[in-house]
Amino acid sequence: MDNFRDLYQQLILDHNQNPRNFREILDTDLFLDGHNPLCGDRIKVFIRKEDKRISDISFTGSGCAISKASASIMTTLLKGKTIDEAKKIFEDFHKMITTGEADLEKMGKLAVLAGVHQFPARVKCAALAWHTAMSILNDKKLDIVSTET
Amino acid sequence: MTGMTPAIRAAKLREDFPLLSSSQEQGPLIYLDSAATTLKPRCVIDAMVRYYTEYGGSVHRGIYRIAEQATAEYENTRREVASFIGAETTDSIIFTKGTTESINLVAYAWARNTLKPGDEILITEMEHHSNIVPWQMVAKSTGALIRYLPLNSDGTLDLNRSEQYFTPHTKLVAVIHQSNVLGTVNPVKEIVKLAHDAGAVILVDGAQRVPHHSVNVTDLGADFYVFSGHKMLGPTGVGVLYGNLEILDKMEPFHGGGDMIRTVSMNASTWNALPYKFEAGTPPIAQVIGLGAAVKYLSDIGLDRIAAYETQLTAYALKTLREIPDIEIYGDARERGAVISFNAGSVHPHDLSQLLDQDGIAVRAGHHCAQPIMTRLGISATTRASFYLYNTFEEIDLLGESIRKAITFMGG
Repeated sequence: MDNFRDLYQQLILDHNQNPRNFREILDTDLFLDGHNPLCGDRIKVFIRKEDKRISDISFTGSGCAISKASASIMTTLLKGKTIDEAKKIFEDFHKMITTGEADLEKMGKLAVLAGVHQFPARVKCAALAWHTAMSILNDKKLDIVSTET
Repeated sequence: MTGMTPAIRAAKLREDFPLLSSSQEQGPLIYLDSAATTLKPRCVIDAMVRYYTEYGGSVHRGIYRIAEQATAEYENTRREVASFIGAETTDSIIFTKGTTESINLVAYAWARNTLKPGDEILITEMEHHSNIVPWQMVAKSTGALIRYLPLNSDGTLDLNRSEQYFTPHTKLVAVIHQSNVLGTVNPVKEIVKLAHDAGAVILVDGAQRVPHHSVNVTDLGADFYVFSGHKMLGPTGVGVLYGNLEILDKMEPFHGGGDMIRTVSMNASTWNALPYKFEAGTPPIAQVIGLGAAVKYLSDIGLDRIAAYETQLTAYALKTLREIPDIEIYGDARERGAVISFNAGSVHPHDLSQLLDQDGIAVRAGHHCAQPIMTRLGISATTRASFYLYNTFEEIDLLGESIRKAITFMGG
């Protein structure tokens, strides 16, 4: 992909303008702030767990189209998944956006973010919500997740 | 040079800058990020290559021809810089690795040894992180307090209640001469007077001012004035600390090592004279010589001409941007430099700058190392376009077109 406009596919523009699950979850204590200090993007991820399953997941905050679309798609994919399933999806996604290696059919909607790996400055945008969600699922006792650690 | 219109001159000057004629993936480079770092003219690059290829010896040491030539060129730059900023003596010109190191030198070698618990460091809400964080570190180690001079909504400093901020507790004032975000030019001479009347020492961060406008440190009267080579057509890795001789003389050294000593015995050492007391170790010789070439290049063109041209460019850019629907521009100071921060509707600055890059336009997106301003403006980031003597009115037209295209593409 030579042209970054190709990355801003319709699906990403749509999730940027109409983010899914863009709300707070009030009846949970599983929430965490994610911050990219390089650009000032801040998002907050909320998760409700039932047994070992994600029964609800949402986010709030502000960011660029890539970080918002990635967060939005993440919530639609992880809802209903077990924690182990969610971690596996994250591993595949992280590999895709950092190396470009992925089974695009298996990645489903996430495949629209495959081109991010060609733009190193934007990998952190795509990963912000995911790192925040994984920190919640891994029970990390953090006040905030930062992309610069 | 007289008689040429500024636009023609910029077109001619562009031939001096190899990066402006190199072919980029997207076509010609439209470089609108000179507030971050400037492009380098051929003469600066050549001066450094000449040092490495023709006389690359060390300075202040060798008794042989190339070392003597290196020393002569290095010290010649000190004279050029002193004259460029109106310093009365070369003893007051210390080479550092940049503005950040210049500020840290003052923070470590002066502030940490001078400030007491309860003393106040007065800075402003428009400082770059390099003029905030070193003082926070000083405050932590000395018990001094940091206070912030507030901003007006137009991006100028609010000096109306100055007596509340400049008090007998104020021991140090640190202020940016020209904002790297808002473009605001601060009334430094007035602030120097307020600081001195309160009995405080004042440091002025001139990183964004010295490249664009003539500065006379003797006339300004600041105790410390700092700037970087790479923002004024020079190389990275070199900067300047101008200091008041009386204060510099009393200060302990910053770094210990070679060249900064007079005598070294097993148990103690004595310090070299100014400015060498503050230049420990082998300095960035090629970079200093490159800075000398940049100073000469700027002086030959004339800072007044550069400033006049940038004023026209900035006015044209402000007009061009304001014609685009949904553009918000931050900072509206009457006296301003060639830097414009803005947001375009709901398009995030990262998305905007990435799309502009597709048209070969380099702008900066983010908080510009000035998070307190972003907090004050209630935003997380802006896009910033900044201009220098090699930019043209045509490039600003292209910027405007590219922004319009990006807004449409992102759906507003």
